[in-house]
Amino acid sequence: MLLSAEGLAARRGEELIFSNLSFDLGMGEALVVTGRNGSGKSTLLRVIAGLLAPEAGRVTFSGAGVEPGARPREFCHYLGHRNAMKRELTVFENLAFWKSFQGGSGGALDIDEAAETVGLGGILHLPYGYLSAGQQRRFAIARLLVAHRPVWLLDEPTAALDADSDRMFAGLVKRHLAEGGIALAATHQPLGLEKVQELRMTGFSGVNADVWE
Amino acid sequence: MSDNSLAITKFSDLANPTRFLALVARILPWLSGLTALALVAGLCLGFTAEGDYQQGDTVRIMYIHVPAAWLSMMCYTVMAISAIGTLVWRHPLADVSAKAAAPLGAGFTLIALITGSLWGKPMWGTWWVWDARLTSVFVLFLMYLGLIALNRAMDDPAKAARVSAVLILVGFVNIPIIKFSVDWWNTLHQPASVVRMGGPTIDAEFLWPLLVMAVAFTLLFFALHLAAMRNEILRRRIAAQRRMAARMASGREGR
Amino acid sequence: MIALLVRDLKLSIRAGGGALVGVLFFLTIVAVIPFGVGPDLNLLSRIGPAIVWIGALLSSLLGLDRLFQAEREDGSLDVLLMHDTPLVLTVFVKCLAHWLATGLPLVIASPLLGLFMNMNEVAIGAVMLTLVVGSPAITFIGAVGAAVAVALPRGGLLVSILVLPLAVPVLIFGVSASYAAVEDPAPFLPPFLILMALTLFFAAIGPAAAALALRNAAD
Repeated sequence: MLLSAEGLAARRGEELIFSNLSFDLGMGEALVVTGRNGSGKSTLLRVIAGLLAPEAGRVTFSGAGVEPGARPREFCHYLGHRNAMKRELTVFENLAFWKSFQGGSGGALDIDEAAETVGLGGILHLPYGYLSAGQQRRFAIARLLVAHRPVWLLDEPTAALDADSDRMFAGLVKRHLAEGGIALAATHQPLGLEKVQELRMTGFSGVNADVWE
Repeated sequence: MSDNSLAITKFSDLANPTRFLALVARILPWLSGLTALALVAGLCLGFTAEGDYQQGDTVRIMYIHVPAAWLSMMCYTVMAISAIGTLVWRHPLADVSAKAAAPLGAGFTLIALITGSLWGKPMWGTWWVWDARLTSVFVLFLMYLGLIALNRAMDDPAKAARVSAVLILVGFVNIPIIKFSVDWWNTLHQPASVVRMGGPTIDAEFLWPLLVMAVAFTLLFFALHLAAMRNEILRRRIAAQRRMAARMASGREGR
Repeated sequence: MIALLVRDLKLSIRAGGGALVGVLFFLTIVAVIPFGVGPDLNLLSRIGPAIVWIGALLSSLLGLDRLFQAEREDGSLDVLLMHDTPLVLTVFVKCLAHWLATGLPLVIASPLLGLFMNMNEVAIGAVMLTLVVGSPAITFIGAVGAAVAVALPRGGLLVSILVLPLAVPVLIFGVSASYAAVEDPAPFLPPFLILMALTLFFAAIGPAAAALALRNAAD
């Protein structure tokens, strides 16, 4: 499996936030994206997730069992700033919905196991809105476990997590990588991973002025 | 159409706004002159043509009303073609074209509505009747205003253009349906006493001034559209330069 | 897809009582009409079908702008967009759930309002039937507006302004069919069939355009 980006450029509003960005990630490899706020970390992850159209360049995903021309976003989990969970539903209902919607094709945990893995078994019956911010984030992480995707795109994954949960999450990412997964994380904190490439975003590579020149 | 008909034959030339601006600078004076000539000719013909024996001089309103109504349709077509340009080729000039055309379309539609109303007063004895044509033009006017409002509500011009493009196309598909349903509705409710406008056939005497005015209005539209596109491009350039200036300043203090 | 339908239905029942607010709005609109036009029962029964239809049209637009906005606010929209079921189908199912949760209660409430409007049984039945067939069209065409609202800092009212002109045909044929059922010379079937055709047409074009808008509105 290989996730590669060639000559990516993206803009936010009229501003080019990065340009000519390329990387290749194979099985078990991780890329940590660092940089200050507004430097384009989130934008990069959203481009890879197919949520934003790149201004130039392309993202491809290839490997055994991947038909050519398949969209990379189908192979990605995206964990954004927001948790993608409904406050009105119980945790179990939330996770069950995502499990069924995203489709579990092998290698996925069932909902109880996923809850145990993030250290919060036993409160699956509570409405999601009643949980603390840290607990909510941990269940958002559990969403990545109930359906299998080879690529994890993590945007500030450990925000709102305490040190213990931090370690728990680093362990999860390590296990994902050990199983041959790929991870991209935009983060301030080090995740304590080996075999990591680092990408420093500087932000602002120019106003998209050439369009109008 | 102004950019798109050319864009398809000479796409590479026009992909570049600078070349487009140069082209506009060359064409616009000629186009404006031609428009003025055609308008003068049309108005002269319109005023010298004999009045209708029934409607008297009020029939001359037709020379403004009918071309404006025709342009209100054509303008939407131009916007729909631009919308396809935006969504398929993601071409910034198509964004600009659609955005520049919307207020023009609203303007021509308003002229058609007002002249229709002025014409209606002596003919029908009332400023407004829920005639099928007036009603569907009115709905079109509402759609133009909605699209303009939508475009203004968004900060990012590229995103605004793409989202508006979807709505423009949905509207374009819907216009025939709206027209058809309003016609149906009108046959149900129309009181028989209302005089239908235009009459069964148009006399050749009215036809000539009408055609000249239609040409003049079409030229007027393209002249205004090109000018509006040029202004929009210049506006965006200024915005881009201002952004650049802001970034340069923060770059100096920040690092 | 069933999971999405069930989730959206659960949400609309639990969250803020969206369906209830829609029905209340519907009741209130129809209830204030007599205060405007006077309590003349003959007049009310004559304009009744039109009033009920307009009330239903406005009420079904009421919660529509939240259709995708709510998903966007908690981040679910990103995950929905990433998963190609295809997206058109996702949008279609969401529309269906929205209609079941808010459109259907309006249809069920309409006979009561028909009584207020002094309509006879045939007219009430006709209005209900045309609403069942016609109101999904409003949801489908409104989905386009809802998708556009995702890109707007403040959506709400603008969405209704954009969607209402497009809903004019549905209103015309819904009301014509209702009247045709009561007034003898006008045939009922042609406007009713056209109403069905409109619903099918919007069921195809609405989700497709909404999906296109959602892809383009993401930021």
